[in-house]
Amino acid sequence: MHVVVLTKMTPDTEATVTVNASGQVHWGDKLVINPWDEYAITEAVLIKGAHNVQVTVMTVGPEAQSEALKHGLAIGCDQAVRLWDSALEKHDSLAYATVVAAAIRKLGDVDLVLFGKEMADLATDQHIFQTARKLGWNMLGFVAKIEALDFAARTVRVRRLTDRGAEVVASRLPAVISVLKDINEPKYPTFIGIRKAAKAEVPVWGLADLGLSAAEVAPRAQVLGYRELPKREGSAEIIEGATAQEKAEKLVARLLEEKIL
Amino acid sequence: MSVNVFVWIEQRDGQPVSASWEALGVARTLAGEGRVTALIFGAGVDPIVPLAFSYGADAVIRADDPSLAHYRCEPYVALLAQQVQTHQPDVVLAGATVAGRELLASAAADLNAPLLHDVTELTLENGKLRAVRPVLGGKVLSVEAVTGDGPQFVTLRARAFPLPEAQPGRSGEVIAVPPALPPDAIATQIECVESSGGTVSLTDASIIVSGGRGVGGPEGFAPIRELAEVLGAAVGASRAAVDAGWIPYEHQVGQTGKVVSPDLYIAAGISGAIQHQAGMRTAKVIVAINKDPEAPIFKLARYGIVGDLFEILPALTEAFRQRLK
Amino acid sequence: MDFSLTEEQLMAQEMVRELAHDKIYPTLKEWDRKHQPHPDVLPLLAENGVLGINIPVRYGGQGFDYITLALVCEELERVDASLRVVMSVHAGLNSLALLQWGTEDQKQRFLVPQARGEKIAGYALTEAEAGSDPANLRSTARREGDIYILNGEKMWISLATLADHFIVFAKTDPHAQPRHKGITAFIITRDMKGVSTYDEKHKLGVRAGSTGGIVMQDVEVPVENRLGEEGEGFYIAMSCLDNGRYTVAAGATGCIRACLEDSVKYAKERYTFGVPIAHHQLIKQKIAYMQQWYDAAKLLVLRAGWLKNQGMRNTRETAVAKWFATEMSVKAALEAVQIHGAYGFSDEYDVERYLRNAKGAVIYEGSSEIQQLLQADYALGYRQDRPLRCEPVPYDPEYWQSEA
Repeated sequence: MHVVVLTKMTPDTEATVTVNASGQVHWGDKLVINPWDEYAITEAVLIKGAHNVQVTVMTVGPEAQSEALKHGLAIGCDQAVRLWDSALEKHDSLAYATVVAAAIRKLGDVDLVLFGKEMADLATDQHIFQTARKLGWNMLGFVAKIEALDFAARTVRVRRLTDRGAEVVASRLPAVISVLKDINEPKYPTFIGIRKAAKAEVPVWGLADLGLSAAEVAPRAQVLGYRELPKREGSAEIIEGATAQEKAEKLVARLLEEKIL
Repeated sequence: MSVNVFVWIEQRDGQPVSASWEALGVARTLAGEGRVTALIFGAGVDPIVPLAFSYGADAVIRADDPSLAHYRCEPYVALLAQQVQTHQPDVVLAGATVAGRELLASAAADLNAPLLHDVTELTLENGKLRAVRPVLGGKVLSVEAVTGDGPQFVTLRARAFPLPEAQPGRSGEVIAVPPALPPDAIATQIECVESSGGTVSLTDASIIVSGGRGVGGPEGFAPIRELAEVLGAAVGASRAAVDAGWIPYEHQVGQTGKVVSPDLYIAAGISGAIQHQAGMRTAKVIVAINKDPEAPIFKLARYGIVGDLFEILPALTEAFRQRLK
Repeated sequence: MDFSLTEEQLMAQEMVRELAHDKIYPTLKEWDRKHQPHPDVLPLLAENGVLGINIPVRYGGQGFDYITLALVCEELERVDASLRVVMSVHAGLNSLALLQWGTEDQKQRFLVPQARGEKIAGYALTEAEAGSDPANLRSTARREGDIYILNGEKMWISLATLADHFIVFAKTDPHAQPRHKGITAFIITRDMKGVSTYDEKHKLGVRAGSTGGIVMQDVEVPVENRLGEEGEGFYIAMSCLDNGRYTVAAGATGCIRACLEDSVKYAKERYTFGVPIAHHQLIKQKIAYMQQWYDAAKLLVLRAGWLKNQGMRNTRETAVAKWFATEMSVKAALEAVQIHGAYGFSDEYDVERYLRNAKGAVIYEGSSEIQQLLQADYALGYRQDRPLRCEPVPYDPEYWQSEA
């Protein structure tokens, strides 16, 4: 029995992001674990604590992504795998899903795949759903709580937050789950985990290792470049007034004048 | 240039979602002389059919079956992929809602088709779609384009595109189709739903009143709820307020919460950390209420009131009540 | 010469940074305002293994090196000095002394639970009339068969009311000449009859930390609890300070960094004359100095850490690091308050707290004046290190990381 959790490094949410004249984006050097993945990795380690399973932390990306894997190991994942190939330089979500699905099949005994709700940098979550489809597994997205998990009976019950409200859903393993941030209290690394992570050699699986051809991961959509946001006009018009009532009435009048309401 | 466009019309408990009508509006513009087909899946969805025509559909594919009553990934994806495979539309659209995101991404994967996700602008150039979407916490826009072949799947950010004017009386062909999966082939069962109880959902809301650290405690959200009620607005919160346990996570706006684009966003006691801005900077008008005149939120806001939210909010509620009567 | 830190050191530093920032910082100010120890600090440091960071795994620790101890102290004081003080007394002054001077039995009974975070440890040297002149201490230990009877009062003791174990110093020979030869070290525990403790309130700084006094009234201490030989206490006390001062110096680099980081952030946000104040040259000068102080202090700390890893004597190098880093942390905090203007003068911002905390560190664990005399005496040849019966324990990764 085996649980796989996917992660990646993303720019620090505090970073100042700029775009240059040729449409390239810069955010300084600092990368952090994708904030959502902290919950997914923690959930995987919690599952490991409750069931007799092995946890593999996985990423798709170049060497710089190894830090996310080391973080996963330091928190308690058993092993790490990095998936990368020069043919993936401009991969889209479908190529991501194809590669991850192939790696999960290669591991062989995987029953559950966990993702954080989205990648915070490109604000994408399609790769998660597409991974589930490429595996042909059940997709349980936006999960706020795993209410029951039975690897022997191959059943899972989760609480999802959808636009309709909270849904309790029963499904079958193997499954792909994406987790929301209130699913747990993220774990921190342990010193023992850190020592293990620092010593770990992380294997890199390329397309050949996964039995894939470059054509199978050719992108069908691409990022052409980046643009600055249209500037918001200066700073706020401060509504002055002697009392709260006066300020409130002036603001309401302005909002109605400008046809905002 | 004419293209054929599919639009998935999302319904929740039989109620169509306005993001779907926005998608129909986009479809109409893209289609030119081409055909816009609305796909309506559910149980007892006939009342939605004329609405789809009025918002711009030329035809409707309707699947009405108890197994489709509520959105579920497996039966919906199988059916959408099957219909796209059969009819080979050029473009498939849906609102980038929780269900829409999952459905279109999944069907695109099944068909190895290109996908543009959660976009705020969309244009067609030589038959290929090009889109703009905010990324990196909404701090920049990314320009993305379809480069591969096959039906082009796109999800549209709710409220980023205008709601088309309804044209009652329009009509067209209705094609009834059965579900693609038999009920016993569907592993996932919805056991129960706790609906959000009639409160306005954040992503659909045209007005949001949000509270942050400045509200000081769970009871501090009372004046926020009162103002929201008068305005028919949804209640939002900053991460600080959610992390402090004052209000459930469902209300969180920001990088690790919901991304919203209302017409009016009233931020009370929210300093405006960059992570919060990521969730609300695309609001059309932002009003900031904060006692700290240096709070970054004032740099983003159109209107600001410097003062104690516990005095300002009740005064606003009263003023709106008077004026909106 | 290799200035790079290992991946292991960097990850440990990052972990402690995040723990302190996420778990303590958000509520720190309220405890500082209340003049009460933050209740989450000890459990947090214990549960996460921080208390035993550089104790060998075989003695219940995490088996990291002395450099990591410094990085941890820097991160803790980046949030507040009260966090780092715990490491200074628990790890620096007490646990490392047990590692260096303790018998195997003492290590098993005291060091193991301390390194695991099950017991908290303190260090009690200072008395009302024995601060910079510890040989003047008045506490006594009278031997009666297999026990010593301890009497006296210790002051300005960190964690006095919270720690379970203390290393205390008392005179077994009050008439010895020179005076320091009459001092002996003992391990006492809070549960011993005759031990009582109290808190000092209303300190200028480190208000979220615990400081107090220990009263010993006819405390019966078994002879197995004597640390080192009779009359060896002064040398033990001084070797403890080599480690305590190291943590204080490392902490001070964290304080300087806090001043620098907060000032950089504020200087970019705050506008005067239509531009961010960071554009004004006099602000830039202050920022530049803070950077210089941080770099120089950190290099001094790392050099001391390197010597410790080698097991080499480092009294002078540690002392100069402590003197410089703490003095510069006061200057950095003064400048940080200045940059923040009136806001810096209020506790709306953190910099006034940095200033109050920094002032303590130029007084405790050897005042700046004592540090200067010490440096001068080494330079003048009036002072030199003599061999110790138990030399500092070098960092040997294989020994430190193996179970037994």
